[in-house]
Amino acid sequence: MMSRLRSREFWTPAMITGAALLAALILIAVIAPLTMTQAAEQLTPNAALGPSAEHWLGTDDFGRDLLARALVATRLTLLMTAGAAAVSVVSGVVIGLAIWLSGRRVREVALRILETAVAYPSLIFALVIAAVLEPGVSSAVIAIGIAGIPGFARITANLASSVSSSEYVVTARLLGVSPVRIAARHMLPNMAEPLLILSATVFALSLVEISALSFIGLGVQSPQYDFGRLLNDSLGALYTQPVEAVGPSVMIALTGLSVMLIGDALAAHADPRAKRSFFRRVLQRNRTITVPAGDTALVRAENLRISIPGGPQLVKGITLAINPGEVVALVGESGSGKSLTAMAIAGLPSEDLAVEADLLRVGEMNMLAAPDQSRLARDISIVYQDPGTTFNPSLRMGSQLTEVLRTHLGLGGTKARKAIIDALTSVNITEPAHRLRQHPHELSGGMRQRAMIAASIVTSPKLIVADEPTTALDVTVQAEVLRQFRRIHREQGTAMLFISHDLAVVEALCDTILVMKSGEIVERLTSAQLAARDVHHPYTKALLAAIPTLELGPVPATAGVATP
Amino acid sequence: MNANAQTPPAALDPQPGGPGRRAAHTAAPAAGPADPAAAPAAGPAALQAASVSNLNVRFGAAHVLKDVTMAVPAGTVVGLVGESGSGKSTLGKTLVGINKPSSGEVLIAGEDFTKMRGRRRQQMRREVQYIPQDPYSSLSPRRTTGQTLAEALDPHGANPVEHRKAIAAALERVKLDPSAAEKYPHQFSGGQRQRIAIARALMLEPKLVIADEITSALDVSVQADIIRLLQGMRSTVDSAMLFISHNLAVVQQVCDEVVVMFQGRIVEQGPIESVYRDPQHDYTKKLLSSVPGSPGFSLD
Repeated sequence: MMSRLRSREFWTPAMITGAALLAALILIAVIAPLTMTQAAEQLTPNAALGPSAEHWLGTDDFGRDLLARALVATRLTLLMTAGAAAVSVVSGVVIGLAIWLSGRRVREVALRILETAVAYPSLIFALVIAAVLEPGVSSAVIAIGIAGIPGFARITANLASSVSSSEYVVTARLLGVSPVRIAARHMLPNMAEPLLILSATVFALSLVEISALSFIGLGVQSPQYDFGRLLNDSLGALYTQPVEAVGPSVMIALTGLSVMLIGDALAAHADPRAKRSFFRRVLQRNRTITVPAGDTALVRAENLRISIPGGPQLVKGITLAINPGEVVALVGESGSGKSLTAMAIAGLPSEDLAVEADLLRVGEMNMLAAPDQSRLARDISIVYQDPGTTFNPSLRMGSQLTEVLRTHLGLGGTKARKAIIDALTSVNITEPAHRLRQHPHELSGGMRQRAMIAASIVTSPKLIVADEPTTALDVTVQAEVLRQFRRIHREQGTAMLFISHDLAVVEALCDTILVMKSGEIVERLTSAQLAARDVHHPYTKALLAAIPTLELGPVPATAGVATP
Repeated sequence: MNANAQTPPAALDPQPGGPGRRAAHTAAPAAGPADPAAAPAAGPAALQAASVSNLNVRFGAAHVLKDVTMAVPAGTVVGLVGESGSGKSTLGKTLVGINKPSSGEVLIAGEDFTKMRGRRRQQMRREVQYIPQDPYSSLSPRRTTGQTLAEALDPHGANPVEHRKAIAAALERVKLDPSAAEKYPHQFSGGQRQRIAIARALMLEPKLVIADEITSALDVSVQADIIRLLQGMRSTVDSAMLFISHNLAVVQQVCDEVVVMFQGRIVEQGPIESVYRDPQHDYTKKLLSSVPGSPGFSLD
C-alpha cells in the first residue's frame, strides 16, 4: 500500500483534488473551533447583516458571523459523519461476513432479511430510530449508522460470495482453516479495496443524511450546530437573507465532493480497465486498395506492427500472405502475438492498440482504414475460442445466428432461417430447426462451437479467422470440429487463418504453418515439412518436443481401419 | 467408428451387470484379465490410498456419478479421463469431501471419512489434498508463498518464520528457489504458480492428492515442465495421485493406471499400457483415436 501511495499513477488529478479538499476540510475542522468559536457563538448587536469585508457571509439574527459558524461546524459534522459511516461499515462488514460464514440455511434467511431491509429507504429508517431516541448528536450518529448497515452488509455479502467461491478459499477450507481465520486471512484482504471505495460512498451518504436529520430538527440540537442545523437556522431568513444558506450548503457540497473524488480515483486505480484511454488509432482514408495484377494473394500483411501506444511493441513487423483457399496456421504460446495479428487482419484489433503496417489488406479491403462494416461481415468470418461466451445467453440461437444474414445480406427472416438450417445440418447438428428456438445454455459446448462455425460459413466468406477454436473443447469434440473445418475447406475452398498453440492440431489441418514467438514469425513451414519434422528453429523444436504425444506401440487391430 | 462395432461386446463385459461394474468384478481374480495389476480394487484396504465403491452422487435430479467403483493404490498415479460432464471432477471433489455422496462408500486409507465428524474428520480431510486447475485463482493474491505454504502445515498459526525449513524444502521439491517464499502470486508465471500449488498439496504428505486438470490452463512448454516435474517427483513423494485430465497423452506420461469415465460411469480401467494398446470400450477407442497425431487420428 505504501509503495502504491508513492506511485505516480495513483495521484491522478481527481485524487489530488479530492485529497487536497479533504485535507483542507480536516484542517478547518481542527483549527476553526480553536480560533473562531468566539466569532461564531458570541452574541453581538450586529444582527442580520449582509456580506461585508468584516463578515464575508454576513451575520445571523443574533449577530454571529456566519462564515465562522459554517467553518466551526465542520468539526462536529465530520466527526458525526465519520462516526455514522464507521458504524455502518464495521457492522456491515461483520454481518456480511458472518452471513457468508454461516450455514446455507441461515445464510438464505439472513440474505432475504437483508434484501427486505435494503429495499426500505434508509433515511426513513433513520428517522424512525431518531424519533424513538432522544434527539441529539449521539442518537443522530446511531440512527444514521444503523440505517446504513443493511446496505453495506448486503454489499459485503455479495463480495464475500464471489471471494468465497474462489479456489484459494476452497483450498484453505480443505486444509482445515477455521471460518474466522478464512475471513480474516483470505476474504477481508481480497475484499479490502472495493470495501474501501464503497466506504467513501457511505461517508458521503451519511453526510447528506445527518445533515437532513439535523435540518428537520431530529439531529443536532441548539446550542450545538452542524451543517444541517445551520441550514435549518437559515430557513427562517431564506427570503430576507438567502446568503445565510450559502455557507452550510457549500460546505456540504465540498465535503461530499472531496470524498467522492477520492472514492472514484481509488476505484479507477483498482480497475485499470475503467481508466479512459485517450488514444485514437489513426485510420487511413482509402478503404480499398488496388491490388497489383501479379498479386494473387487474398490476404497480405507487410511489416505489421502492433503496439501499446507509448509502450512495448507486441507484434514486431511480421509479413505474411494467405492465398485463396489456403489454410494458414499461426502457432505460438500465450503472449506470442498470434491472436493480436489475427484480429488485426480480421479488422477487429483491440481499441487501445496501435496498428501499423506497410500494407494490410484482405482482398482489396484496406484493413488499416475503417472497413466497410457490411463488406467486412460478408468477407471475413470469425470463430472464437470459447463457445460459452460467444453467444448472448439471453437471446435465442436463431436470432443470433441469422443476424449477419439479415443485417448485411438483406435476407428476409424465412430465407435467413433456411440458410442457417442448411448450414447447421452441414455441420452435423441434429434437429436444426429446433436448435434455433433454443437458448445457448441448452446446447453443449461442442454444439455451440459447431453452430458458430455454421454461422461463419453461411455468408460464403473469403476468409475464416479461427482463434483457438478447439482449445476449450473435449478431445473427441475437437476432432469433430476439426473435421468440419477440413470439410468446409474441401467443399467451399475458403481460405483460413487458424490460430493455435497446438502443433499437432494444425499439422492435420493446415497447408502453411507460421511459428510465432514474442511478436515475430520465427519459422515458416509447409505441412509436409512439419510432418517430416523438418524444422530448424530451436523454438519450433522445443514446441514440438513439448507436445505430449500418444505412444501406442503396436497399433491395435481395430484402429488399423482408420489409418490410410 | 465402424471398426469399433466389430468388437465383440463380450470382451468388455464378460459378466452381466453393465459396464460400470467392471471394477467390481475384476475384484474376483478369476474373472479379471490375465494381468493381475488390472484389478485395482482387489488389494487389501491398507494398500489403497483411496477407494470408492458403488458411489452415487446426485445433485437434485441430476445423477452425476452412477455406481462408481475404483481405487487409487498407495504410491501410484491414477489418471482419470473423460469428457466434460462425464463426472470426473465430481469424483475428485467427492474424494476431497467437497461433494457429498448420495450412497456408496468413500475410503481414504481404509477409513470412511464421510461418516466422521468434528476433529477426526478435519484430520482425515488433511490426508486428501486438492490441486485446482487454474493457477491464477488458486493462490490468495494478498499472501506470500511462505504464508500460503505455512497455512497448509499449520492452519491456525500459519507463521512462515516458524516453518521456514519445511517451506524451503517444499519449494525445492518443486524446483523453486527458497526466496520464492517472500514473493506474492503476481510475481510468478502460471507454471511457477502451479508449482506452488503442487508444493502446498504435498506439504502435509497426504495419502492422496487430487490433481484436477492441473496442466490444461498452461502453455504446452509449461505443461511439459510440469509433467517432467511430476515424473521426477515419483521417487521422493509417497502420496498417491488421482490425475484428472482430458489429455490422454499427458495421462500416459504421468500415470500408472487409467480410469475412463463416460456419462457418470466408469467404462474402463486398468494399467495404462493395456488400456491404451487394447481399449475395450467404444468410448475409450474414440478417445484414443481423437488425439491429434495419434495413429487412429484422421480428419477425413
